[in-house]
Amino acid sequence: MCLALPMRVERILPDELAVVEMGGVQKTVSLALVDGVAEGDYVIVHVGFALTRLDAVEAHKTLALFAQIAQATGEGGGGEA
Amino acid sequence: MKFIDEFRDGRIAASVARSIHGEVMAGRTYHIMEFCGGHTHAIARYGLPELLPASIRLVHGPGCPVCVLPISRIDAALALARDARVMLCTYADVMRVPASRRQSLLTAKAAGADIVMVYSVRDALSVARAHPEREVVFFAIGFETTTPPTAAAILEAERTGLKNFSVICNHVLTPSAIQSLLDSPEVRRVGGVRIDGFIGPSHVSTVIGSRPYEFFATEYEKPVVIAGFEPLDVLQAVWMLVRQINEGRCEVENQFTRAVTREGNRKAQALVGQVFELARTFEWRGLGEVPYSALRIQGRYARFDAERRFGLAIKSVPDHKGCECGAILRGLKQPQECRLFGTACVPDNPLGSCMVSSEGACAAHYAYGRYRRDVVPLQHASRSAS
Ligand code: SF4
Repeated sequence: MCLALPMRVERILPDELAVVEMGGVQKTVSLALVDGVAEGDYVIVHVGFALTRLDAVEAHKTLALFAQIAQATGEGGGGEA
Repeated sequence: MKFIDEFRDGRIAASVARSIHGEVMAGRTYHIMEFCGGHTHAIARYGLPELLPASIRLVHGPGCPVCVLPISRIDAALALARDARVMLCTYADVMRVPASRRQSLLTAKAAGADIVMVYSVRDALSVARAHPEREVVFFAIGFETTTPPTAAAILEAERTGLKNFSVICNHVLTPSAIQSLLDSPEVRRVGGVRIDGFIGPSHVSTVIGSRPYEFFATEYEKPVVIAGFEPLDVLQAVWMLVRQINEGRCEVENQFTRAVTREGNRKAQALVGQVFELARTFEWRGLGEVPYSALRIQGRYARFDAERRFGLAIKSVPDHKGCECGAILRGLKQPQECRLFGTACVPDNPLGSCMVSSEGACAAHYAYGRYRRDVVPLQHASRSAS
């Protein structure tokens, strides 16, 4: 029920709809709950609606922090993050 | 998959786990409650308790919307579904929730009731458009994540003049449930449930923002860390909580910055405010009647409110005698402590609601905890190609 996943916006359609894609699967979802979504954005999709935009800059900050933790605990390189 | 696989990297998970081991204080235990079905599922699926020090106890809370749905609401839906004019639409997870006399929407469907499983409330609108001669009723459940879609659907039905669509509203509020839990005598009593901190919900928080939790941090002196659903998110949140507990801080911290802000999704909040209002009380499975813990449809949209439209009677019914869902939802018991767990009660034939959804504590323990064979090992991100 609570599961929701980040999907990439491929195409904006009329009537506040958009085609989104994840892992090769495409589907049409509603953008009625979020303003200003553009093609190429990632949105978190839940029961057929985009709930929010995913902030890619913040995502990369979190990943960079993980890389630092890995380095600090002696897990070697920071990976590709 | 982008923004998913990176957050499942097993090597990083091991590092974060090591940091947590380094952080915990000897002789101290940490009781951390996760409040969201998605977290319950992720914790079981990736076997996270095994990575953590034994002094960290992860306790499940009442965060699975299917699990907290009382029998009375399903009974009302069943009664309505027997009306030949009605087509009842609902999410898949609701179908198997046990109601009175061992019935469920699934058994009613098998007996001929017109019940349609939908992925989205938008599909229910399509059903209504395709069947103008029928009454299409959407049985809506969920926390703050599924409420905005229901609001958007009601507004769309109004805008497009759809006359045969209505909703049984079972939308509940996360902050009220947390509050009722913290106010409950079991939690207040010394030696009852101990909660040292909360992992705050992911997607509920994208909508309501982190601000509503500030009350718990100040009023109840409990730290809260809002976390994403992926295993690394959960581990990082545990680490952040351990630090807060060690340092005696009670703050709301946000691990899920890629999707959650302090204010949340204002547009979704506005739609919800336009269509719904606070219900004076609502029955929760496991928690009983909780004041101001759910939403109802406002008077000006009354024609979309199936409870009013069909004069539905909601009568409270006790749960199955042996079922411990109530205690489990309040963090008092673990699924294995229920006598029926894995014997009389299994996912294919659930006796209680916690065994229904994969996010329910009993179902998650059954799938991933009993033999542990289904636990998904965390892999290096570059190798996990799913
Ligand atoms: S195992 Fe079944 S009967 Fe027991 S608490 Fe869980 S859902 Fe209820």
